[in-house]
Amino acid sequence: MTPMSTASDERASSDDQLSAETLLEVEGITKSFGGIKALNGASFEVATGTLTGLIGPNGAGKSTTFNVISGMFNPDAGSVRFAGEDITDLSPDRTAKRGLVRTFQLAREFQNMTVLENLMIAPEGQIGESSWRSVFPGTRGAVRSQEEEVFEEAWEMLEFFDIDHLALENAGNLSGGQRKLLEFARALMLEPDMLLLDEPFAGVNPSLEEKLLSRIETLRSQGQTFLLVEHDMDLIMEHCERIIVMHQGETLLTGTPEEVRSEEQVIEAYLGGNVA
Amino acid sequence: MLNSLSTLWENDLVKIGVTLGAVYALYLLAGAALGYDLSGQLNSLRRLTFLIVLYGVGALVVNLHWGYSGLFNIGIVGFMAVGVYTTTILTRPVAGQNPTGTLPGLGLPLPIAIIGGVLAAAAMGYVAVLPSLRLREDYFAIVTLAFAEIIRITAKASELQEFTIFGTTLGTGGGRGIRTYPNPIDQFFNGAGKPIVAAASSFGIDGSLVTGLAFVLVLTLLLGLVYWLIVRLAESPFGRVLKGIRDDEQATTALAKDTNSFKIRVFIIGCAILGLLGIVWQGSQGYIAPGLFVPQLTFFIWIAVIIGGAGSNTGSIIGSILFVGIIYLGPGYLRRLVEEYVGLQGSVSTFPNAVGALLGGNVDPFLLYNLDQTSALRVVLTGVFLILLLRRRPEGLFGSRREIAASIDLESRVRDRRNSAGADGDSE
Repeated sequence: MTPMSTASDERASSDDQLSAETLLEVEGITKSFGGIKALNGASFEVATGTLTGLIGPNGAGKSTTFNVISGMFNPDAGSVRFAGEDITDLSPDRTAKRGLVRTFQLAREFQNMTVLENLMIAPEGQIGESSWRSVFPGTRGAVRSQEEEVFEEAWEMLEFFDIDHLALENAGNLSGGQRKLLEFARALMLEPDMLLLDEPFAGVNPSLEEKLLSRIETLRSQGQTFLLVEHDMDLIMEHCERIIVMHQGETLLTGTPEEVRSEEQVIEAYLGGNVA
Repeated sequence: MLNSLSTLWENDLVKIGVTLGAVYALYLLAGAALGYDLSGQLNSLRRLTFLIVLYGVGALVVNLHWGYSGLFNIGIVGFMAVGVYTTTILTRPVAGQNPTGTLPGLGLPLPIAIIGGVLAAAAMGYVAVLPSLRLREDYFAIVTLAFAEIIRITAKASELQEFTIFGTTLGTGGGRGIRTYPNPIDQFFNGAGKPIVAAASSFGIDGSLVTGLAFVLVLTLLLGLVYWLIVRLAESPFGRVLKGIRDDEQATTALAKDTNSFKIRVFIIGCAILGLLGIVWQGSQGYIAPGLFVPQLTFFIWIAVIIGGAGSNTGSIIGSILFVGIIYLGPGYLRRLVEEYVGLQGSVSTFPNAVGALLGGNVDPFLLYNLDQTSALRVVLTGVFLILLLRRRPEGLFGSRREIAASIDLESRVRDRRNSAGADGDSE
């Protein structure tokens, strides 16, 4: 499986026309923890097939926004719409089933499982997930042949990320950067419509970062949609089409890198030069 | 030669066989030293195997729950109790039809009653797991422990000793306990199987021993079946998600898996097997009482898993062999050997007497007192074992071993890929 299939190629070919289409729509979400207002009416949109950056100082509410979108938290108010449907109150697994998949700020690989198992756990619709099918001889054949397919997919993904030499290594033994790669690859195994990446480059060395970025670029050219939290301002400016700036739980500003850069003085004045 | 030996050791069945063989040899030696005859030796192995097999089944379930799914179930004994009590009540003769005047029941045939017992244990598992899904593992453990105690105390309640509902009289027997069902194996050897017993006697083997050995054989087959079932469950996409839940439940949820559904299913499957375990274990002893189902048994099974290493099915079986062979039955044999060869006789009943003699310069009473405390010695041995394990191999004997969760052999496929990539040359 080359991530993203024919439908996405069409999307890529008619980029201009379709990029105006809104895939994710966050409207006025608020969330308080005790007395602290982590989110205070944040609103933004992400268009299909774009790489959108979400930036803001520490405590601006970026991770909370991710948690609300992915269903880990229910917002106190506001709504999240994905592909035209309301997903505000969906549980995390249902959100992921809709095609909106996230990664975590600290890589959360399954430590005591091999890299290969980490990838093979992800694909949806595995018939062997019903407990009895893989037990009885009559139904086991179908499970096994699907396992072959899942293995093929996982192997291609490992090669795509150049970590096939680690296939049988326990994920817990991987370096920090390799774990980030693994988590990214694992999320892609779900063939998501949109990926939420929470600081995918944190703790990743420059050469690996280059590799990750080129993967993201490849996938985007195939029509994959990304929302990316990142602290490296230069990286965001260089790679993202749209940038969302958050501050104190609100969306301060949304625009192209040029627009945000031209507002930089404003931001600097606003945030004390501490945006990135 | 060494190489082929180490490949042989790779095979799980070989590991289990070698460990079992070593423990058998130890017991045969002890038996020879004690002057056992053929029947005595066979009986000693029968008892050993009986307990190993039953602990093995329990350990496999604990491993499925804890080693694979991260479900800290310390209510093992409660689900065993539900299984055996249900089956017993279902099989007891209907009121008025049992001449002995013992507690009446529903009078169902044993096979149906066994299915009933297994289903009841599964249903109880569902009731226990449902409210506990949101709890962290330590709180989950408390719930299961409490659940097992509730079941034991309910079985003990005098209100349930004998009662009439919808015109049917039945009961748990309360604190006095209840007679269980006849063992079909006994019945076979008392009827159609009589010639076999007679033939065995001519070789000097006790009649009752034949029955006992046959029952152990049936139990071993049951263990094989449970092992097969659990290995297939674990090495599958289902088992893969269970391992994911164990390692990081939230991350598993983020991969579009409904983790609650997986936890419920695996818990129920484990509880059903535990119900069956209770039916063949305590049920085969002819009589059950609430006192049999104290938490200690749960912890013994857990210790077997800890020795073997959580996460490994082979480890669970080997842990059971070592636990039963050394910790559980070891002290009794040690005492008999000491009595035989050191010439210690009699008994010292209290600790002060033993210590008093020790202070007086006489070691024998102190030794005698200690060797008499078989159950206390088990606890001491357990402690020694666990401390050694914690210092040397905290993950258990087989805890670091990899049992990859997939219905196909991934390791060989990866090897093939690498080999073919190597054969293609370094064209890339």
